Amino acid sequence: MDSVLAIRYKDGCVIAADQTNARSVLAYQHNLDKVTELGKHTAMGVSGPNADMVNFSEYISKNMALYEAMNHGSKLSVNAQAHYVRSVLAEALRKGPYQVNLMLGGYDEKTKEANLYFLDYLASMQKVNFGCQGYAGAFCLSIMDREWKEDMTKEEALDVIDHCIGELGKRFVIAQPNFIVKVVDKDGVTVSKFGADPNDN
Amino acid sequence: MARRYDSSTTTFSPEGRLHQVEYAIEAINNAGTCVGILSKDGIVLASERRVTSGLLAPTKTSEKTYKLANHATCCVAGLTADANILIDQARLRSGRYQFQYGESIPMEQLVEYVCNHKQSYTQYGGLRPFGVAFLFAGYDDEHGYQLYQSDPSGNYSGWKATVIGANNSSGKSLLKNDYDPDGDGTMPDMVTALKLAVKVLNKTMDGATASTSAEKMELFTMTRDANGEFLHKILVKDEVQKIVDEVAAESDVEMAGGAESSQ
Repeated sequence: MDSVLAIRYKDGCVIAADQTNARSVLAYQHNLDKVTELGKHTAMGVSGPNADMVNFSEYISKNMALYEAMNHGSKLSVNAQAHYVRSVLAEALRKGPYQVNLMLGGYDEKTKEANLYFLDYLASMQKVNFGCQGYAGAFCLSIMDREWKEDMTKEEALDVIDHCIGELGKRFVIAQPNFIVKVVDKDGVTVSKFGADPNDN
Repeated sequence: MARRYDSSTTTFSPEGRLHQVEYAIEAINNAGTCVGILSKDGIVLASERRVTSGLLAPTKTSEKTYKLANHATCCVAGLTADANILIDQARLRSGRYQFQYGESIPMEQLVEYVCNHKQSYTQYGGLRPFGVAFLFAGYDDEHGYQLYQSDPSGNYSGWKATVIGANNSSGKSLLKNDYDPDGDGTMPDMVTALKLAVKVLNKTMDGATASTSAEKMELFTMTRDANGEFLHKILVKDEVQKIVDEVAAESDVEMAGGAESSQ
């Protein structure tokens, strides 16, 4: 039921996710942050049952921090991080799968490139220019396909995300009142906007 | 006095020493010399081949130099059988990293992994340490070309140029003078590095003459081609002989110049 949207533009990635935490007919909260930061220049928007989503996101982000600590501060590229996430999913797949689907995006300082990856719970992985997880794809992939172009600016990417969120609000039967939108670029991960403050408890 | 404390690898002596580890390091000082030199666009590893019988039918191309991954290689001083185990470890580690991260393993991580493995034989299990010293050479995006030396204790350090094995101290003193003669931090190019490596081996190999030494020297280079692929090359006999001859010619010129000026 979660929606994750992501677009790669010239110098970074935009990752957006809805903020609803629900099970069956009960909505627990509408201010959940489903976009986890992995180090300074990468983030992943994760969908799935809250238990798996939180456990998986924390496991990955802590292992990223551990790698940096154990290897004298050297960082993993976005490509290496995506491969790592995939290997965790692949190993768990035939033991006790993580039921998570995600979009992982980041900015590589070394090559000055933005990179975005689509990964799903079966441990498939694909480098993409844009993508969605969940039902959102049925409504938004066509918009992204039409409006994405090479060397987009950040503002253009954010406009496309807004267009997608608007479409979901209009045509998706499940109401998702709040979305959190994050931007990942050379300056790190910044929250562009949110519907409800995740820290507001 | 030391005799009581030197049979167990995992026990300190009263002076705070691990004698078995020290004896292992000694074993390497009798082994065939290896020289490693970092150059601007690659790495040179030169080794003394101890086994040169014409009856040898080699199953592998070298007893000294081994490829660990596309971007990494090593040369060995010490017990070859021990080295084989550690080389397998290194290759496995590199392969597993490649599988997990989709990228080549950074050099220091690879070296540290092998060294941690060596170290565990000085602390657990009562098994003897590995009688091997390595020169690891390779490339990664973060630090470029790198050269590391490791010994049986599991200690490692990074170098611009170094020597292990027999007569390594005289080799090292030659490198100190000749690696960066103006002391301005410039690295030699590949040709200069190869000649310097031969010069070092000439010094460390006893009684080496130009006619016999090419047979006994193994020269290895790692460079990159135009596509960024790594080229691992063990020079053939003619190429080695050419460099040996060039070095001999240069040193004759030096000797002649020296003789003149002393008059």
